[in-house]
Amino acid sequence: MPSLPWRPGSRTLLLLLLGGLMLAVGAMEPRFFTGTNLLNVLRQSSIIGIISLGMTVVILTGGIDLSVGSILALSVLFAASAAKAGVAAPLAWCCALAGGAGLGWCNGFGIARLRLPPFIVTLGMMGFARGLALLYTGGAPLTGFGALFRFPGTGRFGGVPVPVLLFALAFLAVFVLLERCPWGERVRSVGSNSVAAWGSGIDVPGTVAKAYVLSGTLAALAGLVLVGRLDSAQPSAGLGYEFGAIAGVVLGGTSFSGGQGTLAGTIVGVLIMGVLENGMNLLNVNPFSEQVVKGVVIAAALVAYGSLGRRSRAAG
Amino acid sequence: MDDGFLEMRGICKSFSSVPVLRDIDLSLRRGEILGVIGENGAGKSTLMKILGGIHQPTSGEIRSRGQRVCFRTPAEARSGGISLIPQEFNLVKDLCVYDNVFLGAELHGPLGMLSKKRMQRRTAELLAELGTDISPTERIANLSAAQKQLVEIAKALAFEAELLIMDEPTTVLTSHEVQILFRLMRRLKERGMSIIYISHKLKEIKAICDRVLILRDGEFVCEKPTAEMSLEEMASRMVGRELSQIFPPKRLPRPDQVPALEVRNLSVRGLLRNVSFSLAPGEVLGFGGLVGAGRTEVAETIMGLRRADEGEILLSGTPLKVRFPEDAVRAGVSYLSEDRQGSGILTGFSVTENVTLVSLGSYVRSLLGGSGSFFGLLDKSRERRSASHYRDLFNIRAPSLDARLEFLSGGNQQKVSMAKSLDTHPRVLVADEPTRGIDVSAKQEMYRFIADLAESGVSCIVISSEQEELLGLCHRVVVMRDGRIAGVLEGASLTEEEIMFHATGIREEAKAG
Repeated sequence: MPSLPWRPGSRTLLLLLLGGLMLAVGAMEPRFFTGTNLLNVLRQSSIIGIISLGMTVVILTGGIDLSVGSILALSVLFAASAAKAGVAAPLAWCCALAGGAGLGWCNGFGIARLRLPPFIVTLGMMGFARGLALLYTGGAPLTGFGALFRFPGTGRFGGVPVPVLLFALAFLAVFVLLERCPWGERVRSVGSNSVAAWGSGIDVPGTVAKAYVLSGTLAALAGLVLVGRLDSAQPSAGLGYEFGAIAGVVLGGTSFSGGQGTLAGTIVGVLIMGVLENGMNLLNVNPFSEQVVKGVVIAAALVAYGSLGRRSRAAG
Repeated sequence: MDDGFLEMRGICKSFSSVPVLRDIDLSLRRGEILGVIGENGAGKSTLMKILGGIHQPTSGEIRSRGQRVCFRTPAEARSGGISLIPQEFNLVKDLCVYDNVFLGAELHGPLGMLSKKRMQRRTAELLAELGTDISPTERIANLSAAQKQLVEIAKALAFEAELLIMDEPTTVLTSHEVQILFRLMRRLKERGMSIIYISHKLKEIKAICDRVLILRDGEFVCEKPTAEMSLEEMASRMVGRELSQIFPPKRLPRPDQVPALEVRNLSVRGLLRNVSFSLAPGEVLGFGGLVGAGRTEVAETIMGLRRADEGEILLSGTPLKVRFPEDAVRAGVSYLSEDRQGSGILTGFSVTENVTLVSLGSYVRSLLGGSGSFFGLLDKSRERRSASHYRDLFNIRAPSLDARLEFLSGGNQQKVSMAKSLDTHPRVLVADEPTRGIDVSAKQEMYRFIADLAESGVSCIVISSEQEELLGLCHRVVVMRDGRIAGVLEGASLTEEEIMFHATGIREEAKAG
């Protein structure tokens, strides 16, 4: 194998990919590099972005959360029916967040305490929560909310869309939890080697369960943004969002086997998907082919990481 | 005389009603090093795991300074001042050294945020105390086994453990590193730390321990000051019978014939440089050297697990082209991995399944005639016959041939691993650390198998970090250092000192000077 004098790390590669993609889209479509459009990219990425933060933590523990889309739908319905019943918007928001946390806790209980596989538990929750949402609404959406209730999705604060601000705040909060608090380190240790973590006196089930609570809560937060933008709480909301969130995390270089990965990587991964989507929109690409392109990008990223990993192992 | 620092009384433990420990007493004073020895399956590790809070005793009690204590989790044992360093280490490889040192007891500021600077500083202090310059921010994955050991000890010091339990700490260390570890243990002892030291290596027990506790089949055998016990007595008490000579007599190989295996100028970038050697039919060739000298890499390259950049391998005079391990196996080379649990056996599979894993193709009864193995069915009864043949040959102690390997002791797992390697009927066997972590009698049996194999004309390469093994078993010994062959020893020059001189490079320096 010819050796490069400089071996790019996966992080550099990721930033280069984002930069290159932006330049490419910008070259083909000058409207891309306008302030409004760039804010648009961020706004469009914020829902998946918020979900992917929780997903990162879950995947760091060595797990997976397939139920984020369904949790989003059901917890939004909690808030929507509360708002419809005349509850003040902030309280209604709290209903959604508590609902998301509760459903996430159920995931965590099944995985950490009953020791069931994360894939199965969250697959079950995916069907369960979606089914409850459909049962509750009879399939019809709840619509027509007040301006305050829709604020997380439509509001602006100092010229910046509130979804973008929420995304940033959520990022900061999870970043601090993950990088600056003992819990974050325990999450990594559990994902990397749960036997050693337990032997070192770490409460492994508790650490893991909290990751799913966080993931559920963030899914609910993303749901509040969505319902605000659509002015409609649909039982089918968030269908397939786990795909986007997992894709962002994987693209961001977080290892599926747990323990390795960064939140910043996830953000870049989500942004790459966001730029891709926005660019294809601007260029009037057939929306059906978007999914195909995204799939190819994810596969290509995994192949690239695979070969990077092999090279660094051979060198070490 | 007894200060009651730690006492275990009448400890019994059963796993699903199979007793593994029966009425064990243990007492330990402050600042004392107690050796615990016994064959595999004697219950040493289980006893220590009870102290470490990993298992709960079925009956019996533990007292610390006269107080009755009960450790239900490792966290509780840790706050009771007990630190258990298991054989495979309790370290998280994706985290840094300082993260690991404080894992589960992180230092944090008033807001619950990690005080990374403080943890790094404290870790640096602890590591300096231990006399090492490992960087606190280094990732565990980049450390050697000896360095990981030091990090484990630093971890124990960080939460002021008073009792350190070390389970087979020296299996992955070179003899030089063992000396460093022993110096360190003596210093910790002077500071008042008590240490329980589990090992198979009786010489080490003799060198470092004040007292020794011997277990056999889950029962207490005896407990005596080490000074009052000879190595022979320890060994025979452990096995419960007199050990005949450990190593079988060496039979002469037939060097006049075409070499069974010849390696010429083998190079792998960054790992091996110009490695050449030859192996006569029926010869046992040892590979000595420090860990990381490239011995395992030679084996892996021969087996096609690594790609050689240069050089050639001849098998009975014909060039061997290996791209994948299966090519090597088909040509008649078999490999016994050093990492038994990791890449040697499938612990979730039965004895039979493991034995026939590599040779499975030869158990297929073709439906279409011919030798095509794709359209065929496995001949289960022939598989069983074969497994039972190896069980008798190697004296594999297993509840049944259908028992999953995870329920077998290390020594018996290794025998199964050996059977697996031999069921392909190889002409050359490459055994990497064939006796790592197995008990004396299993070791002795392994030596006999290898000697018998050589006698029957199979050539063996034995990679070992145990000098005695190289001296006792091998006709010649290749000593490696930094990916090169530092010397080939035979006859009168085959001594422990010579191996060490070549392994560490002292011999060459002396020549140059």
